[in-house]
Amino acid sequence: MVFAFLYLPIALLVVFSFNSSKLNIRWEGFSTKWYEALLTNKVLITAFENSLLVALFTTLLSTLLGTIGAWMLHRYRFPYQRALALLIFIPMVMPEVLMGVSLLVLFVQFLNLPLGFTTLVISHTTFCFPFVLVGVQARLQGLDPFLEEAAMDLGATPLKAFWKVILPYLMPAIVSGALMSFTLSLDEYIVSVFTTGAQSQTLPLKVYGMAKVGLNPQLNALSAIFIAATVVVAIISHTLARRKTP
Amino acid sequence: MALPSAVSNTGGSDMHRRKPGLLAWLILLPLVAWLLLFVVAPTVMLIVVSFAERDALGRIVYEFNLQNYARAFDWVWLKVMLLSIWYALLTTILCMALGYPVAYFIGRAPERWRTTLLLLVMVPFWTSFLIRTYAWITILSKDGLLNALLVGSGILTEPLALLYTPFAIVLGLVYNFLPFMILPIYTSVEKLDNALIEAAYDLGAGPVRAFSQVIIPLTRPGIAAGAMLVFIPSIAMFAITTLMGGGSNPTIGEVIFKQFTSGRNQPFGAALGTLLLVIFLLALWLTNRQREERN
Repeated sequence: MVFAFLYLPIALLVVFSFNSSKLNIRWEGFSTKWYEALLTNKVLITAFENSLLVALFTTLLSTLLGTIGAWMLHRYRFPYQRALALLIFIPMVMPEVLMGVSLLVLFVQFLNLPLGFTTLVISHTTFCFPFVLVGVQARLQGLDPFLEEAAMDLGATPLKAFWKVILPYLMPAIVSGALMSFTLSLDEYIVSVFTTGAQSQTLPLKVYGMAKVGLNPQLNALSAIFIAATVVVAIISHTLARRKTP
Repeated sequence: MALPSAVSNTGGSDMHRRKPGLLAWLILLPLVAWLLLFVVAPTVMLIVVSFAERDALGRIVYEFNLQNYARAFDWVWLKVMLLSIWYALLTTILCMALGYPVAYFIGRAPERWRTTLLLLVMVPFWTSFLIRTYAWITILSKDGLLNALLVGSGILTEPLALLYTPFAIVLGLVYNFLPFMILPIYTSVEKLDNALIEAAYDLGAGPVRAFSQVIIPLTRPGIAAGAMLVFIPSIAMFAITTLMGGGSNPTIGEVIFKQFTSGRNQPFGAALGTLLLVIFLLALWLTNRQREERN
């Protein structure tokens, strides 16, 4: 029952995206014309390109910050580590509205940064990298502490030991975290609406605008593509995360 | 979703953890700087702005005063806050009622099925929340699927107003946050000790009593975590509530959004935001304390 509740709306949306009728009400035959219309919709394509670019940079930054952070916090005992852990945790659960407004105030009132691509990437990275960090940290728990020592006994420098031994071990968690950052960034609406300018409108901002007006067959088609893509990414990420032993 | 324990418990035997040298500090510096600059500083500045004023053009004037807070406790805005809390409470309760059986079922299913079933719960959550909300719009709207079905089959003569109602708002929230409830409860159910449940039956408890006095208390950590993960984002959510509610009965998130965009009263929006922040931190602190008491 609950699974039906979860899947029925999405399934209906996908099915009706192939409906040739302009309104959802009646099935008037199979058609891919809304998909074709989508391919020539310049506004949406530009927004999609913006989204991809933001997601790409966000993923890069988040993966770097998250992986290095997780390793350092695992390897060394820093003072105030508990406070640091709380600060890493907060962006994951903080209501997005709060994050959006507070970053907006920071950017506009205090840093004088023009809203746009840079501010978007900064904001997205802030809530994405903790997910990478936590995932990598979870995998580090299963790491044999003697592995690094063995590498160093065999003559590796700490950097080389990290590069050749630790990093390959962490790879599944890193890739899974990177995919998560990418999808989170691609999907983000609330934080984006506060932290972007007119020049860098992302796809979710456009989708919101369309959904607010009401039914739109092109939006059905776009949604169906998105649903298909997320299913694929979810399955890949899940398979990676499950590979406990390298 | 991970809880603070996943972050703070860095694990490994402490024997192998070293005191950081200068280099280690330097490598950690970007992370610390990022957190201070983009998590701590913005929050502090939001609070600072909430005590400021605005001039006729909507610019912020830094002159300490409490008028934003005085206005926030005006009945008009208090009602908005209470309405948001009410929607969030309703969402949390409905998510519990729907999510608990599912989590229990998955947690007790044969081990080789569990991951697949969990994945089935997670996939909709990975899909864009705007698209999931739009899916409901296509069903509920005046010329949507449900109305077409009801009118077409002759059950109704006129389409029902389903969209842009409180019902639609709560439905949208439940649909969006249900996985947040299922996952933590599942984690608790999976850890359940079968022997304890059998012991309850052996001692003469019926299924109802075994459930209410043994299973529920044992899975309480999961229920509490799920409640927090649903309640907090539901209060503040505004995109779903605007799309499903039509904006006639705005929630606190919608009002904050408007103050920062079209309303042009950023200090007042910041004051509402600060109040929301207090609720958020309070909820976080409560859950944290509960967990520490159990340990």
